Amino acid sequence: MAYAAGVDVGSTQTKAVIIDEQRRIVARALIDTGSNVVAAAENAYVECLRNSDVQEEEIEYVVGTGYGRYRVTFGNTQVTEISCHGRGAVHMFPDTKTVLDMGGQDTKAIRVSPNGEILDFCMNDKCAAGTGRFLGAAAAALDIPLDQLGPTALRAEKPVRISTTCTVFAESEVLSWLGKGKKIEDILLGVHQSIASRSIGLLRRVGIEQELTFTGGVAKNVGMIHVLNEALGFEINVSEDSHYMGAIGAALFALDYVLGSRVPVRAGEDTP
Amino acid sequence: MSDEKQPVVLKGQTAEEIVGRGAKAGARMFREWFQNLTQVSEHDKGAAYVFVMGSMAEVLRVFDMPMVFPEIHSLQTAVRRVADQYLNEAEDYGYSPDICGYVKADFALQLRGGEHPMGRIPPPTVAVITNACNTYIKWAEIWERMYHIPVFTLDVPGSRAADTQSWPGEEAFERDRRYVAAQIDELIQLCEKLTGRRFDIDRLREVLDNTNQMIRGWRRVLELNRSRPAVFNALTDGTIYLGVANAFRGTPEGGQYFTDLVEEMEYKASHGIGTPVEEEHRLVFVGVPCYPIFRRFNELFTEWGGVFVSSTYLWFASGGINLGFEYDLDHPLESLAEGVLISVRHAMDSMFFPHRALVEMVDTYSVDGVVYHPIKSCRTTSTGQADSRRAFMQETDVPSLFIESDMMDKRVVSEAQLKNRIDAFFEGLNARKLHKTAVQ
Repeated sequence: MAYAAGVDVGSTQTKAVIIDEQRRIVARALIDTGSNVVAAAENAYVECLRNSDVQEEEIEYVVGTGYGRYRVTFGNTQVTEISCHGRGAVHMFPDTKTVLDMGGQDTKAIRVSPNGEILDFCMNDKCAAGTGRFLGAAAAALDIPLDQLGPTALRAEKPVRISTTCTVFAESEVLSWLGKGKKIEDILLGVHQSIASRSIGLLRRVGIEQELTFTGGVAKNVGMIHVLNEALGFEINVSEDSHYMGAIGAALFALDYVLGSRVPVRAGEDTP
Repeated sequence: MSDEKQPVVLKGQTAEEIVGRGAKAGARMFREWFQNLTQVSEHDKGAAYVFVMGSMAEVLRVFDMPMVFPEIHSLQTAVRRVADQYLNEAEDYGYSPDICGYVKADFALQLRGGEHPMGRIPPPTVAVITNACNTYIKWAEIWERMYHIPVFTLDVPGSRAADTQSWPGEEAFERDRRYVAAQIDELIQLCEKLTGRRFDIDRLREVLDNTNQMIRGWRRVLELNRSRPAVFNALTDGTIYLGVANAFRGTPEGGQYFTDLVEEMEYKASHGIGTPVEEEHRLVFVGVPCYPIFRRFNELFTEWGGVFVSSTYLWFASGGINLGFEYDLDHPLESLAEGVLISVRHAMDSMFFPHRALVEMVDTYSVDGVVYHPIKSCRTTSTGQADSRRAFMQETDVPSLFIESDMMDKRVVSEAQLKNRIDAFFEGLNARKLHKTAVQ
């Protein structure tokens, strides 16, 4: 049995996935990236191996992705997370036409072909508005754990309108609403709606076509799934493994190399 | 195409002497041009401040007025990595971070008495501007207040909408031409007043003849990049040629430079000599380059085998001479008005309505992808790019990339973000090529 791995070094967390030649996920691992990107990649990979019955020498190819992809020193090659999320999303939901990936610092809208190739994409530029970092700022201001943001927001009755698009100013706006006596759940739903609104703006730039698959760390947030469904007017796809989608895509690219079904993605490299 | 013809043979010259000489000569001429401006400044003299889209060089050369292109000296501060000092100085004075970086760098340069990394820029004696960029008008007002100089604004009627240009012989065109001619007449009177010299129509003929030689060369050089591999990189080499096209417009040296450049490019095309890059993807660039990381910006593409075969920058920042309008020396003033109208209008169209030309280039230049580069501090060249891209995508299935940075301000240039997007674009281009190969 041949195996391949993908390591997605994100701004906040590093994810690793091992797949077998049937494209089945064998193991996953997730750790905080921290300040040592090289160590984060290695640790996630080692933990992923530990979570599996696979020996390191059985992994025939490793693809690094994410902002730290060039720091995956043991990786064989690198592929951008844009391509990886597109590939992973189509693998998990084959009728995917559009992908929304919401991570710690980036939100990406991606239009994909039926075989997972990127037709167009759009990302937030030089600003963390509309990304997971915006939620993080709100969580810090309200002193709520990240995993409670969504469930709390869903209890809202009268969501406030968050006008700032700046992550830095989000905290002060949240505090000002608290000062006006607004309920935490109403403020939080407003925060989710604000982020959804910016994300849908990105999606419109590439064209929204169903099915739409939601990936990235923020896809674990039930509040965000709810507001996106409402704003878009249809149900979006969300996988249990949404958080790992970049690493899954990377592992699929790695498996292509193993199976020899693909010449290198990067120009100038030798076919493995 | 020229590669179907017999190889060009240049007697007495080796390939080493021919290939690359345009870039070397261009860099040398550019340095000399800055040295001449320094001399003007050291003699306590001023210069006419003009812009790349409608410099009116043909009129000013008749009066031997030295010319300063503020856009060029500003961008050179970015290329030489000192733009931040100039921008900060202007912002300390009170200019907003959102204002055009060229304006702010020039303003700081004026505060510094013309100090520039390539020499010293003389102050303005007159500003000659067009309406091709609305910032030109506000920019000139700064000099007007600082130096109490006259400002001459040439109002060139542009296209009212895509594909609505009028042409010689049509009533609308003749009205527009007369409107421009009357303004040129006013400019001539102003130059006579400023220099104390009489206008010389025969001198104008000489200048127009030099410009015609340049225009013929410029157009031919751009056409020669239909060759595969491309004979020059429109983003890097093209910018050198563009500098000469502006600074030496109307001069014998400028005309000769482009004649020599055509010779070099024809030689390269007929011998299959391309850029130093192993050409994998042929690209067209839309907008103004990212000067704060100029070399690195280009490398982000060439590392993937991407070569820019053309650029809308080479169209609008050359004042629209790529259209190839040549002056009629038997009717110099009438023809000058006609040429200004057609070429400056074409420069504006190249910014506002480029998609038709881009669609046509897909076949003629064998284009694999188009890179749109809106920049934060230039609304004129950037605002319509999203619309232009959408129109382009409706008519072709050629992939395009939309990346944002700036032509001056490195605070809004994120190399990591640019690289991520550019890498993803090339991954898509490569996947597409593979898919096409598999289908075939």
